[in-house]
Amino acid sequence: MRTILYLLQKEFIQVFRNKAMLPIIFIMPLVQMLILVYAATMELKKVDLTVVDLDLSETTTRLTAKFEASSFFHLTRAQLSSSETDQMLLKGKSDLVVTFPQGFEKDLKRNNEATVQILVDAINGSAAELSNAYLQTVIGSFNQKIRAEMMGVPKFTPPQQVSVIPSYWYNPELNFKFYMAPGILVILVTIIGLFLSSLNLVREKEMGTIEQLNVTPIKKYHFIIGKMMPFLFIALLDLTFGLLVAKIFFGLPFRGNILTLYVFTSLYLFLVMSIGLFVSAISDTQQQVLFVSFFFLIVFIIMSGLFTPVESMPVWAQNLDKINPLYYLIRIIRNVVLKGSGLLDMTRELISITFYGLAMFSLAVWRYRKTV
Amino acid sequence: MKETKAATGPIIQVKELVKQFGAFTAVDHITFEVQKGEIFGFLGANGAGKTTAIRMLCGLLEPTSGALQVAGYDGYHQREAIKRNIGYMSQKFSLYEDLTVYENFRLYGGIYDIPRKERIRKTDELLKKLHLEESRDKLVGGLPLGWKQKLAFSLALFHQPAVVFLDEPSGGVDPLTRRTFWDLIYEAAHHGITIFVTTHYMDEAEYCNRVAIMSEGKIVALDTPAALKAKYQTESMDGVFLKIARNKE
Repeated sequence: MRTILYLLQKEFIQVFRNKAMLPIIFIMPLVQMLILVYAATMELKKVDLTVVDLDLSETTTRLTAKFEASSFFHLTRAQLSSSETDQMLLKGKSDLVVTFPQGFEKDLKRNNEATVQILVDAINGSAAELSNAYLQTVIGSFNQKIRAEMMGVPKFTPPQQVSVIPSYWYNPELNFKFYMAPGILVILVTIIGLFLSSLNLVREKEMGTIEQLNVTPIKKYHFIIGKMMPFLFIALLDLTFGLLVAKIFFGLPFRGNILTLYVFTSLYLFLVMSIGLFVSAISDTQQQVLFVSFFFLIVFIIMSGLFTPVESMPVWAQNLDKINPLYYLIRIIRNVVLKGSGLLDMTRELISITFYGLAMFSLAVWRYRKTV
Repeated sequence: MKETKAATGPIIQVKELVKQFGAFTAVDHITFEVQKGEIFGFLGANGAGKTTAIRMLCGLLEPTSGALQVAGYDGYHQREAIKRNIGYMSQKFSLYEDLTVYENFRLYGGIYDIPRKERIRKTDELLKKLHLEESRDKLVGGLPLGWKQKLAFSLALFHQPAVVFLDEPSGGVDPLTRRTFWDLIYEAAHHGITIFVTTHYMDEAEYCNRVAIMSEGKIVALDTPAALKAKYQTESMDGVFLKIARNKE
């Protein structure tokens, strides 16, 4: 058992003697928190809305003013033909075009109904849906108001309706940064776990130093654990540092228990590093390790639910996500940080990553060969 | 140490040992024995199969067929036990260059379970003997090649193995350094440690008690340097080697 202490001592000395390590430890989380969190936003603001008012009546002017009042839209008024509006969308000068046809107000007063045309640039489907929905809401509420006025219903008996008053829990201001920051920290922790540890092992193969170790009675699992611990330590340090940066720069709340997060993250890192070390056990060069790890990392990130909700993926993809380590930790970290969930609130995730980790660790130890 | 187990017979026993890589036979039915305390040389041109053979003896490579025993342990099923009883110095310098001299000793002392006090005492002794006391806390990477090789050799002996395997230990250094390196080897042999050394320097072959000459995976000659020189009627091992090579053609 003492052997492993000597191995750990060696690994820690080597890792921290490497001059590139300090910048990696402190610059990576800074860049991620201060650039990526701001950049990776799906909040919709300043959607370019063009209003083509061919009616120029009182009603259309009032409705247009409603659009303008919202911070959601950046509004331009224009008198355009339908082919010109097509061009606006095509060239990306406008995301949304609302056209009030001639006689809009007249139709409304005479027939009690009028049509308005809405064109949406739907290349980004979810943004399109959101801005359309928002537009519909504005029009809808205007509709009720105008109907009430036209029908002359007295103010004290408002038309009956069900109104929904949402109450947003855990992230009441719907602050997108709060949602992204913990997820992005998962990527940081993953990169450290997956890349640094596996590159470190395969580098010993390249240097030939591993041969000297393999000719000793060293235990394989001792060696593998020795390769993990320094990076587990660095990753947890970076997680803490990243959360602090997020708290200082954009007030990310931390509702959970930091120890809960450490337990989950350590189990997760055990899993991720086992995967990385398995890859390096079957590789001979750093290049091979990088290539394979990159491939998996990108698949894992895109499927993780960091940017797109897992629930909207096809069912088979959701099932596939059960072997995606990032899927687990991103859910976990958001719940711990934003909801304050504890270990017992996520027993399913806890059990999954623990057993998955043990399986991958066994695989890595088994596949690591002390023979050439 | 489990020396007792091998005390009765030869320390290395190899019979009809074969290693194949696909269709290529790197080691082709070799048979030999090495006695305790012997300096046994393995000679041959590059690619003759020396390194493959030594790797099998060290438990770094599983044999394809044949029998192999080192220090009384089987080369198929007891490789980890073999490893506890041998030292190994590879062709390529393989100490940690980003650790200091002392840290390398501490690491390997720890791996072989040498008690702390004993380890510290032995490290100091060794460094004194090698005149490397001043380099104790220097990174190994910055030392001259000759020093590195002496260090690697001392480290291979650090846990007092029964046999030490040296794979072309003195490649790339000048004759004088090589000479002092061989002084270390003699000293170890004098203390009863069996030395198994591969080389392609024929002058080094003269220093061995017995040599086996390998060519294309086979052992083509095995005897003491004197007997070989007599048999091939030449003055030096160089001559022996050239004659054997010519006979093959």
